[in-house]
This record gives sequence, C-alpha cells and structure tokens, in this order.
Amino acid sequence: MVYFDNGATTAPYPEVVETMKDVLKTYYGNPSSLHHLGVQSEKVLNQSRELAAKFLEVSPGEIVFTSGATESNNTAIKGIAFQYQNRGKHIITSAVEHPAVLDVCKQLQELFGFRLTVLPVDNKGVVRLDDLKKAITDETILVSVMFVNNEVGSIQPIQEIGNYLKSFPKIFFHVDAVQAFGKIPVKPETLGIDLLSLSAHKFHGPKGTGILYVRKGTQLTPLLVGGGQEAKFRPGTENLAGIVGMVKAMRITLQKLKDQPEALKKMRNRLVEGLQGLKGIYINSPEEGAPHILNLSVPGVKSEVLLHALEDKGIYVSTKSACSSKLDRPSRILMEMGLGEERAKSALRISLTYENTIDEIEFFITTIKQVVPQLKQMLNVR
Amino acid sequence: MVHYDDILIRYGEMALKGKNRGMFEKQLADNIRRGIHDFPRAKVETAYGRMYVALNGEPYEEVAERIKKIFGITSFSPTKRVENLTLESIQEASLSLMQDIDPVPKTFKVEVKRSNKRFPHRSMEMNHLVGGFILKNMDGLKVDVHNPEILLKIEIRNEGAFLTCVNVPGYGGLPVGTSGKAMLLLSGGIDSPVAGWLTMKRGVRIEGIHFESPPFTSERARQKVLDLAGIISEYGTGEMKVHMVPFTEIQTEIRQKCPEHYLITIMRRFMMRISEAIAKKQKALAISTGESLGQVASQTIESMHTINNVTNYPILRPLVTMDKSEIMQIAHKIGTYETSILPFEDCCTIFVPKSPVTRPTVEKASEFEKVLDIERLVKDAVERTEVVKVSAKKKQEDTLDQLF
Repeated sequence: MVYFDNGATTAPYPEVVETMKDVLKTYYGNPSSLHHLGVQSEKVLNQSRELAAKFLEVSPGEIVFTSGATESNNTAIKGIAFQYQNRGKHIITSAVEHPAVLDVCKQLQELFGFRLTVLPVDNKGVVRLDDLKKAITDETILVSVMFVNNEVGSIQPIQEIGNYLKSFPKIFFHVDAVQAFGKIPVKPETLGIDLLSLSAHKFHGPKGTGILYVRKGTQLTPLLVGGGQEAKFRPGTENLAGIVGMVKAMRITLQKLKDQPEALKKMRNRLVEGLQGLKGIYINSPEEGAPHILNLSVPGVKSEVLLHALEDKGIYVSTKSACSSKLDRPSRILMEMGLGEERAKSALRISLTYENTIDEIEFFITTIKQVVPQLKQMLNVR
Repeated sequence: MVHYDDILIRYGEMALKGKNRGMFEKQLADNIRRGIHDFPRAKVETAYGRMYVALNGEPYEEVAERIKKIFGITSFSPTKRVENLTLESIQEASLSLMQDIDPVPKTFKVEVKRSNKRFPHRSMEMNHLVGGFILKNMDGLKVDVHNPEILLKIEIRNEGAFLTCVNVPGYGGLPVGTSGKAMLLLSGGIDSPVAGWLTMKRGVRIEGIHFESPPFTSERARQKVLDLAGIISEYGTGEMKVHMVPFTEIQTEIRQKCPEHYLITIMRRFMMRISEAIAKKQKALAISTGESLGQVASQTIESMHTINNVTNYPILRPLVTMDKSEIMQIAHKIGTYETSILPFEDCCTIFVPKSPVTRPTVEKASEFEKVLDIERLVKDAVERTEVVKVSAKKKQEDTLDQLF
C-alpha cells in the first residue's frame, strides 16, 4: 500500500500509540483532583504544556489544548469576534481557507451581523498583501489567513501580513497552521501571530486533539463554559492521553524536519519531474509551495475516477480536501485560482510525509503513466 | 543573524577581592559550567585575567539566557572572532555586527586595541578604516566619539581579532558558593524565594527548610515548594537540598496546650529551633528568612525579637526593609511569582488565630511554652525530616520524560 493522503490524516507513530496506552492505564486521575493520582496527572499535563510551548517557541501559558483544528479555529475566530465586537464588527479572511475557518466567518456574518471581506488569491493560490491593506478598516478586529493551503500547498505570506499588522494593535491575527506544522518552521511569536491552530492527527498524533496558541494578553469569549480548565478558554476534563500523544508526535515530527529538512521536497521534486511532459497532466500547485502537497489535474478524467483507478493499484490519494470531497463539486480552491472548471473537476491531491519513500514516488509515476492513457481511452478523451 | 563565537564575561566586585580572587574566579567558572552543561560544545575558558565562554557552535541566545542568571557577572558581551587577520575581513565582520543590532542605532564609535604589533595598521588608523567602512555601508548612522549609542570594540591579538558591540547587564553579586552556607526558610509564598535569591546574590549557598503539616497541607503544596526551590537554584549551582520537616505534631500540641493568640509566635520559635538544629547538622552558619518588617503580625519588631530569642544563629532578613510591591517586582523578575501565588494551604495558613498578638514578649512566650516538651518535639521533628534534592527545573521528573 502506498499512502499519499497525509493531508487528510496520518497514521499515528507507533511510539505515540504506546505512550497513549501508558497514559490511559497509569494517569487516569483527573488533573484537577486534589489527591495523589490527580497531582500525578496534573504533572503530566503541565509537562505536556511546557514541551508544546517549547516546540512552538512560546510560553506554556499561551498553549490551549483543544479537540482539534475545527475547535481551535472556532474558538479563535468566534472568541475574538464576540470578545471585541464593541471595537468593530469587520473580519477579513481568504478565499482559500478551510471550511473550519471560512464557514465560521460566514456564520458570524449571517447570524451575528459581522461584515466579512474574503480576500481573493492569485493563480498560485496566494493572497496579496495589497488586497489585505485595502480591505482593512477602522472596524476590522480580526484577520484569519491559513499558513499552507490544504489542497494545493500554496504558502501564504504570513510573515509579511504579521509584520504589516503590527502597526494595527487592535487587529488580531489568526493563522490556521494545520498543514504547516512539521513541514516548514512555525514560530507564532516571530511571525507576529496572535492565535494559531494545530491538529495532532496531521502530524502522526491522535485524532481528537489539537492546540490553540493564544498570545499572552489576548482575551477570548469561550465557546464552552464549565469547569474552568485550560485557563477557561476550553473547559472540560483534559484528554490527557491524546495530549501526551500529540506532544510526542510534535517532538518526533520536528526531529524529522531537523534531521532531513529536504526529504519531503526531494520526493515532491521527483514527482514533478516524473509528471512533467506527460500529456494531459497539469500540475496545479505552485512551484514554491509547501514540500508535502502536490495537486494535479487530468482534464477529462473526473477526480474520483482517477482516485479509484489508483486505489486499484494500491495507491491512496484524495480529490480536494477530505472534508469537502464528499460534495460532488469542482474544487473551490482551484476555481479561486482561476484554473478553470475542467481542471477543478479533475484534480487530485498527493500529500506526503516523512514516512513516504522515493520508491513509492517512482511507483506512483509508473502507475499513473499506465492508468491515465487507459482511462482516457475508455472515456474517449483526446 | 550574526553567529557569535564567544561570550566575554565581566565581573566587577570580585576583582577587588585580593588574595581570594582565584577562588572567586574558579567558583564562577564552575557555576557557569553547571549552568550551561546541556550545551556540551560550549566551554568556559579563563585566560589573561578574563573569562569567556567559547560557544563552538552552540546558540548564543540560549546560552546567554542561562548566563544572565548567574551571580557574580556584572555584564557580558557576545564576541565575534576573526581569525583571518586582514583589514578587509575585520571591516566586513564589523559591518555585519553593526547591521545586526536591533533597533538600528543612530550613533557609534570604533575603539581598536592592537596588542599584535605585526598587524600592519595602527590602532588610530584602524578606528578610521573600520568606522569609515561602516559609515559608507550603513545609512543614517553617525560617529559620536563622546556619547555613542554603540561602542564597537576591536581587539587585535595574535590569535585573531575580537569584536564586541553589545553589553548585556548581569545581576552582579558574588558567585554562589563563595560566602558559605545558610538555611532558607521556604514557605511557598511570595517572599521566601525572593529572600533566598537575594541571599544567594551575595554568594551564599542555600539549603531550603520547609515545614509540612499533612494532612492539612497537600502534595500540591509540597510540589510548589520544590518547584520554587528549583527555580531559584538556577541562579546558583543548579541544585538545592530542601529539608521537609514534619510539623503536624508540633502544631497540634501548641494548639491544644498554648493560648491561641501566641500560637504563631510559638510556632515560629519552634521553626527557628528546628532550623538551627538542621543548620548545625548541615554545617550552615546562618538562617535566612523572608520577613519584612511590619508586613504581618508575626513580623513586628517585637515578634522578631521574641522569635529571634531562641537562637544565637545570625538570621539574614534580606527583605526586612522592603515594601510588598518591591518584593513582588523581584518575584516577577526572577520567575517565582506565578508559582508562589498558586493557592494551596501551607502550614502558616491553616492554623490562623482570630487575633494574633502583635507585641509578644520573650517572657510570656517562654512561660506559655513550659507545658510543651520542647526538646523532644524538636529532636523528633529533626529526625523525621526528609531531604529532597531539587535540581534546576524538571530534572526530578525523569520518569515522566519517558512518556514524551
């Protein structure tokens, strides 16, 4: 089996599974309990928080553990919107955001009367700083732009936006960094980010755990209220096993990034090289995109058909993002990039991880060289 | 980012210490070594009456964070080493150093010292050659020979040229370990860790004493004290012993047999007796406390007098003249505040009388204590004292480390 759908989710590292088992068995005490078992669990929780902070180069008090990116994004965007709506009710986001950001903003617009500006992208899937500058008004309280686009891998100019927003102390900057962590350096403090979302299962951690970085001094109206855990930003008894598993996955992933910084890029480059020059195959990802995502189209062959044809050969890829792929529509992202409906309907995403190998890439190239002409013949595409 | 090669360490007061200077320097070097031991490539070196840390590729910023905390250092400077002794390479290195300064300076001055007389350009000439080169390549920068924002120092020695332009202040004081040992009464509040830090500042090595009253005090309260000890130990040798004294029996006895308003006075007298006994055992020559005059009932001058009466040991009270706000400021600065304010019961908060005496006398206190078997209680508490060794942050949690 060749698993090239790591943008959808990744297999947890075996060490992560082991550690979670240990935590579930040993540290079942509630971290808020006063007795010894509680204290032990609390220590594990504190250490998790310290390590997570260290890995992001921030302070432990700025780490909020959540159930994943959807919750992190909702907590950040709605939290800021509700907390600071007296300052203004204008939010800016980009056209290529994940639904867990875009639809949250739309909900604020439709149900709560916020004004929303959705920034367009260029043909590489990247927002322009100038568009952002023009969109900012006195009413603007939040800018939410993703780090790496999940479908095509375009990297947004986060540092530039962060720098620019420094002269607007009343505007908060949220970044959905789900596809960026472990692939490129993610340092919220130096990037000028106020809020940052991460999801563990995208970097070989468990499902159901994530992080929201909240810069010190930032207030949020919490979505949930209750026992006051996570500095009241996210009450509820902590998912300790998930948290420890996530932090361990962070450590291992960052180690891989450090040890083999070129590994993903090498595989992606080989992929591009192997696909280039093949008739009827178009690469949609920008050249300078993230090292682990490559989006391609075979106009005339619907995404799902090619996906299943590859699946027959044991290769798992995805059409657009996993969360949108059950909707039978052309890729919204590719449409926004102006690549046309034909390409948007026939797009495939290959998403890699450090666990993939160059042999798997070669196998993929050989396979697609066989499969595409066959399909085209069957479908009578010229 | 400029990659620095060395950190030049300056120590002021120590230099005055005449014959003891060698001992002070050795202790400082040891403390620095321990403070940066997890950066194995960084080496502490002493040569020609100066001390420096050769980074050998370790990150300057992180090593500097550690060095900043070590007492005995008045200031330090990251240094760039230019081994290729040519005018051009010195000019280039100087420029990169100047360009790296944030925020961008407006004025500067170059000061060259040339002990390597084989280098063809004389010091005065070098000042102009390097200064001119920087001026040509950086906009908006001026030379100010009297009051420059940045003083770029260049030393041309046989082994290379050494460039510094940033001066980072240290905490000063004396290297911990050069002024003997004291026992610190560590309660877990805001004051006692600050008192410990200030005691260490004058070179004193400290061991903590904490009075525990289980089941009235919890495991969390205990952990809090150990965490605090860990935080302040970073300013010294990176390690601290904490003596955990079982205090429940004594407190219960006092409560049952002595008048309520003298409860705290008598309790504090017991703490002093026990501390003295432990100090003797540990060969410490003083006791340090976080008392601040007039802060609470037990810290009036009458209380201090009455409590002090049970021991001949010097009691160091570094906070005695400070206001609470001053103490809190230091606690924030040294990183103990957040831990200190965690709300756990300690032995001083559980038995609080309704109206404690503010002007106790030695006579009355001794009179009230007569019903207690003081000697036995003290001896028993000292014998049952548990010693916990704390090291700077997290080392105690090795077992947990395996999880991650």
